[in-house]
Amino acid sequence: MKGELLRFTTAGSVDDGKSTLIGRLLYDSKSIFQDQLAAIENTSKKKGLDEIDFSLLTDGLKDEREQGITIDVAYRYFNTPNRKFIIADTPGHIQYTRNMVTGASTANAALILIDARNGVIEQTKRHSYIASLLQIPHVLVCINKMDLVNYEKGAFEKIKEQYKDFAAKLDIQDFKFIPISALKGDNVVNRSKNMEWYNGPTLLHSLENIPVANDLNHIDFRFAVQTVLRPHTDEYHDYRGYAGRISSGILRIGDQVTALPSQMQSRVKKIHCAHLELQEAYAPQSISIELEDDIDISRGDMVVKTTNQPQNSQEIDAMICWMGENPMQLNGKYSIQHTSRSGRAIIKEIVYVVDLNELKRIEGKTTMEKNGIARIKIKTTTPLFFDSYRTNRNTGSFILIDETNFNTVGAGMII
Amino acid sequence: MSYRLEHLEELEAESIFVLREAFAQFENPCILFSGGKDSIVVTHLAVKAFYPAKIPFPLVHIDTGHNFDETIAFRDELVQKIGAQLVIGSVQEAIDNGLAQDEKGVHATRNTAQIPTLIDTIEKNQFDAAMGGARRDEEKARAKERFFSHRDDFGQWDPKNQRPELWNLFNGKKKFGEHFRVFPISNWTEMDIWEYIKKEKIALPSLYFSHEREVIRRGGTILANSPFITLKPNEKVTTEIVRFRTIGDLTITGAVESEASTLDHIIAEVAAARETERGNRADDQRSEAAMEERKKEGYF
Repeated sequence: MKGELLRFTTAGSVDDGKSTLIGRLLYDSKSIFQDQLAAIENTSKKKGLDEIDFSLLTDGLKDEREQGITIDVAYRYFNTPNRKFIIADTPGHIQYTRNMVTGASTANAALILIDARNGVIEQTKRHSYIASLLQIPHVLVCINKMDLVNYEKGAFEKIKEQYKDFAAKLDIQDFKFIPISALKGDNVVNRSKNMEWYNGPTLLHSLENIPVANDLNHIDFRFAVQTVLRPHTDEYHDYRGYAGRISSGILRIGDQVTALPSQMQSRVKKIHCAHLELQEAYAPQSISIELEDDIDISRGDMVVKTTNQPQNSQEIDAMICWMGENPMQLNGKYSIQHTSRSGRAIIKEIVYVVDLNELKRIEGKTTMEKNGIARIKIKTTTPLFFDSYRTNRNTGSFILIDETNFNTVGAGMII
Repeated sequence: MSYRLEHLEELEAESIFVLREAFAQFENPCILFSGGKDSIVVTHLAVKAFYPAKIPFPLVHIDTGHNFDETIAFRDELVQKIGAQLVIGSVQEAIDNGLAQDEKGVHATRNTAQIPTLIDTIEKNQFDAAMGGARRDEEKARAKERFFSHRDDFGQWDPKNQRPELWNLFNGKKKFGEHFRVFPISNWTEMDIWEYIKKEKIALPSLYFSHEREVIRRGGTILANSPFITLKPNEKVTTEIVRFRTIGDLTITGAVESEASTLDHIIAEVAAARETERGNRADDQRSEAAMEERKKEGYF
């Protein structure tokens, strides 16, 4: 199979049929194996169900199977002849905003499920806000359970208008609407015979045709050094290879580059991808670079083109989603990890906290609970080299880490 | 020139990134090497990640004493070829020292005895990160694993208390005595592994290709005949043309009837297969939540 990789996330409320939709996608695209199918058929029968409960495929852990809800991010894989897909399946339950943010952080597309009987509800708004905040490039709004509204065009159109009204306030570049029934299989993989009025693509067809590579930033070359390769052998006596994964942009042999924070300049002598020597390399390749001059570069440094440099500051404005058990504190100190660089950060100001139900700003807060989202100002002990999250997801994102238990407590997006 | 990566190239770039991150963030990481195709691919990726330097960490083999001879021969040859250090954790020794218990009876395996042996090997060598070839598509409990999976000082996995993993930012911070499991090929599927093995011309133990072997049919499983297997009264040894889809211990790894003798044949077989590769593992069939139970205790 040749083809690109598409990562997408799914969000829905508890009973929107999200697990059923994923099960349906896997089943209809023939990605379920016999033993898996046998296991869920068996369980479905035990539960006294007439049809196969596809949600059993994706509800992974034992506790969840007992509770009947998904409580964490689970990753699923399937492919078609054209593409490989990675699904980050995240729960829609209110207290699990953190999981949705986690799943969204690496996604190229988001599926948002709406129950055709209920229309746009608060959770839909919350999910869409997160998709917008995390800058997921493509949103597919699946209006599910169309079988329960007699496959009526009117129901679909009404929800579509409702959603468009609300989404105008968000920052989503591309969204599409698809009327489906995950349970019955309408417009998921196979075109529905019950909704002739719908001329658009099925869900799978849409997923297969989202332009993935176009979403990458090919302009601003950013290369965070992970480690320096020094073989210490006779053959490679003076070899210094700066190893890392290109965050964005394109690099060619001979390019004039600057290392940060030292500001030392040099030219690219060689680009290696293991034993291969490349003329040029681009995101998201993992490479190592040799420079013409022997300059001091180590983990946490960033190599960029001399003519196109990121922002360089210790004071940063960001949106943050809080994931820690202990609330975020004004003036609280945390470890920060940004690209391959780490340091410490202090919360200097909580500008506002987002009310996720009303999508309003609340000012004057000094703490924020788990699953909250806020705009903050931080100051770091070491300068960071960054771009706005909007222009560069890799150099615009950071995490905050609790200094006592080392848990990841905050997901930051630089403004 | 179109600046896009084909999916195997992107998976490779991601895995190399994870391996380098593990090397940079931990003081004493190692690769858990089982001799199976997944750990062979992880080792291959590690060679690429640090080229032209040698792999900067050892390979650790938890030796149950119930291995296929082919696995051990392959392991020793590979270690020599790439110039890596090999650390062996012996289950037999752990049993002799009372650290682990040998199971008795016809269904006896050394699967559970591997757990204390592994944890003991990690502690003795003070490894703070053990990298493995687990994939999320293998099994339901693994679908929720992180790339960097935190283990407490008992080596246990708490599925409800996992650190969220955002973007490509891996948090490897830990307290003294705690360690991490790192899974560089989390996002690969069985098919990706086979296609990559073909693309990169990676050598594999001969067990993966069809061959003639003495076997025993037990339930739906075809087991290799070996001194470690106790025959039930109605069972008999037959000779069949088989191959293995996964390689674990002699006592638990089920063979499949197969004529697939080349990578192309195997890829065609995998594409047509309607059973997951673990479907044949006697250890997972013990109960629906079998894998999750073992993971919590510190299984791979």
